[in-house]
Amino acid sequence: MDYVNALAIITNFILLPGLTYGSQLALGAMGVTLIYAVLRFSNFAHGEIMSFGTMVCILFTWLGQSYGLSLGFLPTAILFIPVAMFFTVLYCLLIEKYVFSYYREKKSNPIIFLIASIGVMFFTAGLIRFIIGPSDQSFNDGVRFIFNVREFKAFTGLNEGFGLKTSQAITFLMTIILCALLFFFLNRTRTGKSMRAFSDNEDLALLSGIDPNKVVLLTWIIAGGLATFAGVLYGLDKIYKPFIFLQMLLPIFSAAIVGGVGNPLGAFFGGYIIALSELFVTFAYKKVLGYILPENLEPSSMMQFLATDYKFSVSFIILVIVLIIKPTGLFNGKTI
Amino acid sequence: MTDVQRRFSIFSTFFLALIFIGFFQSWNVALGIFNLCLISATMALGVNIQLGYAGIFNAGVMGFAALGGLSAVLIAHPPVSETIKLGGKGILFAFMVLAVGSAIIIFIYKSNQTSRFKKITIPLIILILLVLFNLIGSPAIKRVEAFEPAATGFLGGLGLPILFSWLVGGVLAGFVAYFIGKLTLGLRSDYLAIATLGIAEVIIYFLKNENWLTRGVKNVNGLPRPVPYEVDLQGNKWFIEICERYNFPLIETSSIVVKISYCLLFSGVLITLFILSEIALKSPWGRMMRAIRDNEISARAMGKNVKARHLEIFIIGSGIVGLAGAMLTTLEGQFTPTTYQPLRFTFTVWVMVIIGGTGNNYGSLIGGFLVWFLWVEAEPLGLYLVELLTSPLSDTNPLRIQLTTNAAHMRYIMMGLLLLLVLRFAPKGIFPEGR
Repeated sequence: MDYVNALAIITNFILLPGLTYGSQLALGAMGVTLIYAVLRFSNFAHGEIMSFGTMVCILFTWLGQSYGLSLGFLPTAILFIPVAMFFTVLYCLLIEKYVFSYYREKKSNPIIFLIASIGVMFFTAGLIRFIIGPSDQSFNDGVRFIFNVREFKAFTGLNEGFGLKTSQAITFLMTIILCALLFFFLNRTRTGKSMRAFSDNEDLALLSGIDPNKVVLLTWIIAGGLATFAGVLYGLDKIYKPFIFLQMLLPIFSAAIVGGVGNPLGAFFGGYIIALSELFVTFAYKKVLGYILPENLEPSSMMQFLATDYKFSVSFIILVIVLIIKPTGLFNGKTI
Repeated sequence: MTDVQRRFSIFSTFFLALIFIGFFQSWNVALGIFNLCLISATMALGVNIQLGYAGIFNAGVMGFAALGGLSAVLIAHPPVSETIKLGGKGILFAFMVLAVGSAIIIFIYKSNQTSRFKKITIPLIILILLVLFNLIGSPAIKRVEAFEPAATGFLGGLGLPILFSWLVGGVLAGFVAYFIGKLTLGLRSDYLAIATLGIAEVIIYFLKNENWLTRGVKNVNGLPRPVPYEVDLQGNKWFIEICERYNFPLIETSSIVVKISYCLLFSGVLITLFILSEIALKSPWGRMMRAIRDNEISARAMGKNVKARHLEIFIIGSGIVGLAGAMLTTLEGQFTPTTYQPLRFTFTVWVMVIIGGTGNNYGSLIGGFLVWFLWVEAEPLGLYLVELLTSPLSDTNPLRIQLTTNAAHMRYIMMGLLLLLVLRFAPKGIFPEGR
């Protein structure tokens, strides 16, 4: 029985990738949830907005690289995240101005907003494919690993080990900073409080003199900024594929709903819940059990709950279960 | 303009555009587009029944269309006798175990035991069932998938005429819709859209990965056709004679004849469905549906069973989408799970219904026709626009090359713009719902 080795495998194949993917989902889901809280609709275009931010970042990275810019062992793209954020937020504000503000003034049904967001999704998807093309782009030019499995094994003398990718470390760090900033903003500053008040009760907020336009503007700025981070970090960690973001939309929605729609803290935890359960359910435990169980009990099959191909479906199963059992989510959000 | 005049003028504009394509591109292209227009319109009719009659937002169109495609494989593909010998019994046995287990679960669920007892036993039985199913099924499935994986590696179908699969596709999609509806119809609009979107993805993953059933990403090719093959026509004496007498080019004429026969089949289905749904819309049943859609609470107060009606309409609409999916697979002659993407199926069909006018069957027809027409013609149109815009640049300019290669993606931009513009300036669509 060897618990340390088993733990090392789990860290390498479940915990680290799960936490990375979870952070990316959490950043996306917080954007979705904020838009839901303030504008009261499910934004189907959010995945494409993430994609848009990543695309801008890639374009500027290419430009920077052609001038010989580099951050050493870090990916160059990090340098251009603020630029990408600026353009994404600008794009979000344009969408707000030319698409959503009309329906907001008319106080349209949420479903009309939803359809409009699908229009935006189509348009953005086309724009992205038109500018950068439909193929994959790899733009991580930094050092791949901070330490890899081999180095870890040599260092600790264990049979198994785990490696820490640079992109993973960057993702953790950025997510912690961003979430701390966001929650500080929402809970401690006057503007953040006015945003929460607006989301709680629109009429009362209007009566107490909160400017709705300012709140809406801020929401788009935050959501667009978070979406850029989520997209770029995902692209750095894996690869940038324009069509993957429509698929990511579903785990993101699941994360937002599992945590409770309209509740940023819920979305934050929802992201990790979805990502970790995806990996926990589809991981083959054969090797881990081989270490933990006594020798004669070693399993012969893969010991997998669900084939790896069904990874994406896990989030939907969780989503459906939550929707049926507790539609307000784990952190008591709103019901749509 | 009266309604009839309006309908006549818009439909005739569409057909003029099609004839224009026929003269300037080719009749083959025009008929090919029109066949897919017919299928799209069928799908749009199905979605319109859900979205327009009852206000149900079903984002799982893709999944139901894929189930229709699956039924085309299961009905029409000749059976692969070797794999059935290898694993047929095992798989059948595993499914029988599953059926018995489900029956036990339903029995416990319906029984009057305490809810705590149910909460413990039902998940336990599900877990045991999953393990049993894997133990019994997976060796048989492995044997099936290992048999000549490059050529077969799946069980095949029943080898019946493919036309039969249209009906089966509708029934299969309706059957699945029953369970999905039971599960999700209690949710409100946004959640329902997200949940059905997710379930459609699960269906596609299932079809992509269960190789013993669908060959997964290896696709099923060479499904039999309900109409003659071009090659047979070209070898047919009688056909050659006709072509010679009227001086038609043989090869082109044969493919046009094939397309026209498809067109007749699809039109038959579409017209039948259209008439049926018009009758349904005008019947007391249709009025009740609209009453429920417009004010659920008062409809319930009038004694209407809203839940049951919603389930009913969810099944009917999904069944029609399944039928259209089977038609699509029949036309393509192959089943490729990877082509099922939400942008192409679910959301485009929504665009069709909304542009045509939700709640109006004529709207679904013209929406299906127009949107598919634009979807196809966006590529040449986009290319033309790009060339016009970049004509001052030299041929080797990287920007020009980039834009020209990506011009095909204009269709997404166009769909988005069209949807946004219609939603903003004509929210009732081309043909508004009648009063």
